[in-house]
Amino acid sequence: MSWVDIGALADIPPQGARVVKTAAGCVAVFRTADDQVFAMDDRCPHKGGPLSEGIVHGASVTCPLHAWVFSLETGMAQGADSGQVATYPARIEGGRILLDATRLARRVAA
Amino acid sequence: MKQKLVVIGAGMASGRVLEQLTEAAPDAFDITLFNAEPRGNYNRIMLSPVLSGEKTYADIVTHDADWYAARGVKTVLGQAVTRIDRAAKTVTSAGVETPYDQLVIATGSAPFIIPVPGHKLAGVVTYRDLEDTNAMIAAAKPGAKAVVIGGGLLGLEAAAGMQLRGMEVVVIHLMGHLMERQLDPAAGYLLQKSLEQRGMKIHCKGATKAILGKDRVEAVLLEDGTVYDADIVCMAVGIRPEVRLANDAHLDVGRGITVNDAMQTSDPAIWAVGECVEHNKQLFGLVAPLYDQAKVLAQALLGQEAAFRPVQTATKLKVTGCDLFSAGDFADGPGREDIVFRDPARGVYKRLVIEGDALVGAVMYGDTADGNWFFGLIKDATDITPMRDTLIFGPAYQGGATADPMAAVAALPPSAEICGCNGVCKGKIVDAILGGANTLDLVRATTKASSSCGTCTGLVEQVMAVTLGDSFTANANPAMCKCTDHTHEDVRRLIKSVGLKSIPAVMQELGWRSVGGCASCRPALNYYLIADWPTEYRDDRQSRFVNERNHANIQKDGTYSVVPRMWGGVTTPAELRAIADAADKYDVPMVKVTGGQRIDLLGVKKADLPAMWADLNAAGMVSGHAYSKGLRTVKTCVGSEFCRFGTQDSTGLGIKLEKLLWGSWTPAKVKLGVSGCPRNCAEATCKDIGVICVDSGFEISVAGAAGMDVRETEPLCKAATEAEAMEIIAAFVQLYRENSRYLHRIYKWVAKVGLAWCQEQIADLATRRALYDRFMLSQSVYQVDPWAELTKPDQLAQWAPMADLSLEAAE
Repeated sequence: MSWVDIGALADIPPQGARVVKTAAGCVAVFRTADDQVFAMDDRCPHKGGPLSEGIVHGASVTCPLHAWVFSLETGMAQGADSGQVATYPARIEGGRILLDATRLARRVAA
Repeated sequence: MKQKLVVIGAGMASGRVLEQLTEAAPDAFDITLFNAEPRGNYNRIMLSPVLSGEKTYADIVTHDADWYAARGVKTVLGQAVTRIDRAAKTVTSAGVETPYDQLVIATGSAPFIIPVPGHKLAGVVTYRDLEDTNAMIAAAKPGAKAVVIGGGLLGLEAAAGMQLRGMEVVVIHLMGHLMERQLDPAAGYLLQKSLEQRGMKIHCKGATKAILGKDRVEAVLLEDGTVYDADIVCMAVGIRPEVRLANDAHLDVGRGITVNDAMQTSDPAIWAVGECVEHNKQLFGLVAPLYDQAKVLAQALLGQEAAFRPVQTATKLKVTGCDLFSAGDFADGPGREDIVFRDPARGVYKRLVIEGDALVGAVMYGDTADGNWFFGLIKDATDITPMRDTLIFGPAYQGGATADPMAAVAALPPSAEICGCNGVCKGKIVDAILGGANTLDLVRATTKASSSCGTCTGLVEQVMAVTLGDSFTANANPAMCKCTDHTHEDVRRLIKSVGLKSIPAVMQELGWRSVGGCASCRPALNYYLIADWPTEYRDDRQSRFVNERNHANIQKDGTYSVVPRMWGGVTTPAELRAIADAADKYDVPMVKVTGGQRIDLLGVKKADLPAMWADLNAAGMVSGHAYSKGLRTVKTCVGSEFCRFGTQDSTGLGIKLEKLLWGSWTPAKVKLGVSGCPRNCAEATCKDIGVICVDSGFEISVAGAAGMDVRETEPLCKAATEAEAMEIIAAFVQLYRENSRYLHRIYKWVAKVGLAWCQEQIADLATRRALYDRFMLSQSVYQVDPWAELTKPDQLAQWAPMADLSLEAAE
């Protein structure tokens, strides 16, 4: 595992998200109300909606296009919908957000 | 020949008598109503919501001038009757004698004033009528101090009301615990704790020694030496029947005016009803028995057999957040046993008092859902022996049934009282439902259940659900979302009445089940808070749907559309050039003319938004809010400026309206149209608000739709001048903003509240002006161009990715 610094926690508003650009598309990085961070593909498996633009509630996000709800922890679609979004390890260290670069790189290869 | 009926006093009891009488026999009497207060009948038990700001006086009027006029009731308001001449059969008011054949005394009660030094100082009020209520409202500046003397039902409602208005409140209570007539010490303690947690100071065992102050009240001194500063003092220590007139007329008077079962006094031509009477040595203060008396009196006046039989009543406290219930007799005594349930963590306390085989009293705090069931057991003296083991768990646990929320209601006998205010039992409601009253409004109209204080609305709905089965759910008002059981209407009301000013506060105080809500309730709460607390609440962007957060419409591929405002659909060559330049510069794939008379630039990348907005801002354009639950467009025709048929400058008015209304957030989008003549080229009659110009002025109509539903607007009112039209429209938008549930377009909201109600609000000049002023206050905060805000340097970073790993990842 190798961690890459993508920015400060303060760069993301609480209950908000920002994206990180990668060669294989954007990764959405979410910050919850209690300052946990989560990273997952910024693409809803339903119709490709940008999940980073969804409303963050608890540890879930609701896709802005058709209101599918995903767990930020597992990437699983909630409720009646089925589908999963790839998630990536993320953590906070000294106010900085770190993503697992190895996992992100593997995503590119896939 | 018609008999002359004179009624003295326009309280709740006499109002009900007039209602029953004019309904049953509209032509039997020539009625004259005297009232010492300068107004007709209103719902006195709703003064508490008026005090707390949840309702206005207008909301609680039960009989207005039109009502009296329609029934031929002559009213003499603001003049007290000073004398009854029984021999001549006349009453005297302001020197004028009015003859009667039958006389009804409904003088109600007067509050006790403790005759301590200083009780006549300015700023000492009681809590009895609208004047008292208004005096407390007038004193209610945030930080002002109020002392309430008396911790009974009325005193606590006064205290809670003033606290909701931002005052610091101290309650002084002579007894060891609050509401000692309705609560036992344990429940009184829980109530005190809960009120103290909300910041109220409660001083039990406090005897008032003096009220201090020079010209007006300044402080209250207690026997124990404590001094509380006070800007206003409310004495709510009790009431006594108002019997002076009856005494002077030498009628039989005990503590109240003595009446027989037919509500007749010792003079056969004189009757009495309400809080002023004494029946079988008993006095009456709660509204349910008063309504029973009114019914009996109306029958008796019409020569029918009727007898008043007092029934026991239960008590609920109308203080939001304090759930308490008591019924029957719960004093300790020989031969009495208690069953007690306590859950300190949840703040739940229930105590049942049993004598022999029957339940004689119940006190509940924190969870009062089963109150009516217990009350039924007390009234019917049901033998509770077989269910004694599980009695305290309520009806759901009797007979091994599972805990179904409907079971408690289904188990109620037909005689169980559902609506305490109007004395309506379950059987009557069921009959009404089976007779075709299949909506709450119809049940209210037919039975009056839930039409006074409204606390039984949930119960009435449950009775409807039990009676109608599956067919009811379609009409039910569902909870806001899965995070809460509250409806949108409840949440809106509670936000205002409890003074909730942030989303976390709403979720905490109203018991949200989820952490951080969901994508459905958060935008709604954000809107309600913006609308209700424009100067105090700060918009929470993270609770906005993407379009309103990014101030652009998201498209299916994640790009956005950008629509600059074109006031009234009018543009200039310079604006068109700037739009064309922006379209070129940012590679806009499609430029389209919208239905709202402006230009849409579709397919803009998020990262390009701020730069494009800055360019359009530089050319003098602002956001068109084509994405918002707010004012969209005002569509116009060319009107009298160019059109040979135009009667007024419809384009000009449209521009003025758009400049007045833009930037306001509303429950759902709002589109206007202004047509210069009835040919209606601007299609104003299918808009949320439409204006048709005519020679004599402006016809304003509302509640049109041309989407999933198509409907024509309905006339709201006419305006003679542009200025009047603008004030009316802004006031109407504010009425919508304050009252509709989130996401309901105007036509849906109007269907719920009724066009007539909207017309009344707008027709009343004071109401209209107040609405307009509140709208403008909100505009002073929210009429800002989001493009200008979001292109400031400190806002730019958020539009770009926070990091770019595309090069590293490519290794």
